[in-house]
Amino acid sequence: MAALTREETEALIQEVLEIYPEQAKKDRAKHLAVNDQSLEKSNKCITSNRKSQPGVMTIRGCAYAGSKGVVWGPIKDMIHISHGPVGCGQYSRAGRRNYYVGTTGVNTFGTMNFTSDFTEKDIVFGGDKKLAKIMNEIEELFPLNKGISIQSECPIGLIGDDIEAVAKKANKEIGKPVVPVRCEGFRGVSQSLGHHIANDAIRDWVLENRDGDDSFPTTPYDVAVIGDYNIGGDAWASRTLLEEMGLRVVAQWSGDGTIAEIEKTPKVKLNLIHCYRSMNYIARHMEEKYKIPWIEYNFFGPTKIAESLRRIASHFDETIQAGAERVIAKYQAEYDAVIAKYKPRLQGKRVMLYIGGLRPRHVIGAYEDLGMEVVGTGYEFGHNDDYDRTIKEIGNATLIYDDVTGYEFEEFVKRVQPDLIGSGIKEKYIFQKMGIPFRQMHSWDYSGPYHGYDGFAIFARDMDMTLNNPCWKQVKAPWKTEPANSEAVKAVA
Amino acid sequence: MAKLRQCAIYGKGGIGKSTTTQNLVSALAELGNNVMIVGCDPKADSTRLILHAKAQTTIMSLAAEAGSVEDLELEDVLKAGYRGIKCVESGGPEPGVGCAGRGVITAINFLEEEGAYDDELDFVFYDVLGDVVCGGFAMPIRENKAQEIYIVCSGEMMAMYAANNIAKGIVKYANSGSVRLAGLICNSRETAREDELISALAAKIGTTMIHFVPRDNVVQRAEIRRMTVIEYEPTAKQADEYRQLATKIRDNKNFVIPTPITMDELEELMMEFGIIDQEDESIIGVSAAAEATA
Repeated sequence: MAALTREETEALIQEVLEIYPEQAKKDRAKHLAVNDQSLEKSNKCITSNRKSQPGVMTIRGCAYAGSKGVVWGPIKDMIHISHGPVGCGQYSRAGRRNYYVGTTGVNTFGTMNFTSDFTEKDIVFGGDKKLAKIMNEIEELFPLNKGISIQSECPIGLIGDDIEAVAKKANKEIGKPVVPVRCEGFRGVSQSLGHHIANDAIRDWVLENRDGDDSFPTTPYDVAVIGDYNIGGDAWASRTLLEEMGLRVVAQWSGDGTIAEIEKTPKVKLNLIHCYRSMNYIARHMEEKYKIPWIEYNFFGPTKIAESLRRIASHFDETIQAGAERVIAKYQAEYDAVIAKYKPRLQGKRVMLYIGGLRPRHVIGAYEDLGMEVVGTGYEFGHNDDYDRTIKEIGNATLIYDDVTGYEFEEFVKRVQPDLIGSGIKEKYIFQKMGIPFRQMHSWDYSGPYHGYDGFAIFARDMDMTLNNPCWKQVKAPWKTEPANSEAVKAVA
Repeated sequence: MAKLRQCAIYGKGGIGKSTTTQNLVSALAELGNNVMIVGCDPKADSTRLILHAKAQTTIMSLAAEAGSVEDLELEDVLKAGYRGIKCVESGGPEPGVGCAGRGVITAINFLEEEGAYDDELDFVFYDVLGDVVCGGFAMPIRENKAQEIYIVCSGEMMAMYAANNIAKGIVKYANSGSVRLAGLICNSRETAREDELISALAAKIGTTMIHFVPRDNVVQRAEIRRMTVIEYEPTAKQADEYRQLATKIRDNKNFVIPTPITMDELEELMMEFGIIDQEDESIIGVSAAAEATA
């Protein structure tokens, strides 16, 4: 099926909106758009970061998810207390596949669930004393922890517990960072506010810890990788390239990261931002306070990787610039081979995406490297600065959907008929049942890494094995096959 | 046996809800009724005159000690006092921490689940903290609980404001359930024409002043001894006042959905009775110093 024209896409949006009641139609219309590359600012065409309409089956998360699940959770040598009733911590435990190196339960705690397990009496009498006790127990049972964060669940904000006071006291007693995070789930419209709150907590409770301390020997080539959560090992595949070009990666935020790395970040020369949505706040803060410039980069697919390596290198001297070229050249044979192998199998295939922070735009280049086209994309919890950055990445007349509803996504897919959908676990089975190949693009479908040159090879393989899987030829019921085939079946029988 | 009647007592903080409730309940017990008092205030001072205690051990404090409310037995929290009146206090946190409203909800749920509302009871009285600040303190008037609300008030301006506001709260629950306003109890502060004023207010919000309880120092003398007047000095004139109130409540059939009045109407009523002066726009926002120089 050929790509839709601008008029056809606009008509499609109108048609899909038709079913809504007046108020919902008016609201949802603002979140659906047809891309126009001539625009500089996305606010001309799309509204984002607004409250979801009741009843639409949004797939958004909450502020707690944004803080505990995304930003803080991966800091591996800290213990993150899910402060409140047990469910939030238990059902978010180890769900994001933030790989890390360490001995879990001894010096790293990434896949464990620590919770204050609130019951009625904690709600009624407040949980501050319990929280203080938990932190003492943590010190006793897990002495190699390097700090504690307190991730507030909803009730903490409702009953007004003074977790800041508890944190300050504990910090004095145990001499390690203890960070209260006010990421109650009811705050904001999605997990996005949780990212911001988590960034602010790092700013207020961690980042200044080594101000005025010059004992850490720096080099002119120090950088921090910010907004890579090492899902399936992404950060490792990225770090290799940066180190090979001559940079020293001082900190990983926050996949496989440590609190010490976070504390040292104000000493670096350049902050490299992968997930802009979840960590731009802290990058801007460091720019303002420590005069550290920051740039965004994209390590999906060889085209974007080469662009990014060169852009990063342009902030350094010739050594690094030559290093970037050396790295690109070194891997060329490898990624050329990947493209040679998979492009013929994937050429011309059309993809619809609906993902979270950076991927709705960042993975487009990787698909294009394989000869594929992204014909629809959208963000769960993006803001307009995300859409600003998306306009130039996708073709004119491409469908854009913000905080898409279950109904809209299904209808768009029925009409656009993509060859592949990339979204999350909640979408996966619906579309697979519709007979459309699907990849989870939050968890990489338990595969990965997808970042860097190493990741690209895996990405290409995964897309191929999903798209070209013979099972898709079997999804049509025998009684719904073409009459000619039925005849053939009868003949065989 | 007659159907159990559940009554909630609301009113401005400090108006005398707990004292009035305990005296009235004692009088009801004297009349041969089985009564239970459920204190819904973290201060837990709704049953001290019945139990001769400083403060009863509360459901929530026992639950905190035991681990959870599920670990408690009814007899741990239910104490019998004067004339077998059953006493229970929900309890709750110190001021400034936790969620007192949730404490009330938890405690009442516990009483229901544990069968505290048995067939022997004729009356349950909920003595609720001054202001309904959140859902928890409205718990006693939700579905299947108190259906009669008595508001304790006096001829003072703020007490009347509070009474009218509580009536507004009752409307909300009355429309979705069977809770009704059953009357105003005037606990006299000896302001001018107090009984007429409260009767007029009661008429405006669609109810009656069920009884005018005069001021009498015997109430304080009894309280010092952690006793009700009924018990301390049964022959006192004040004891008869509480007996009258008890009889009127026992025989009360006047249950209404209130018609709370607007602020302007309330102020008009107060002006009529000289509680507040005719509003003088020219003095609004003018300080004493400014007035002196004017």
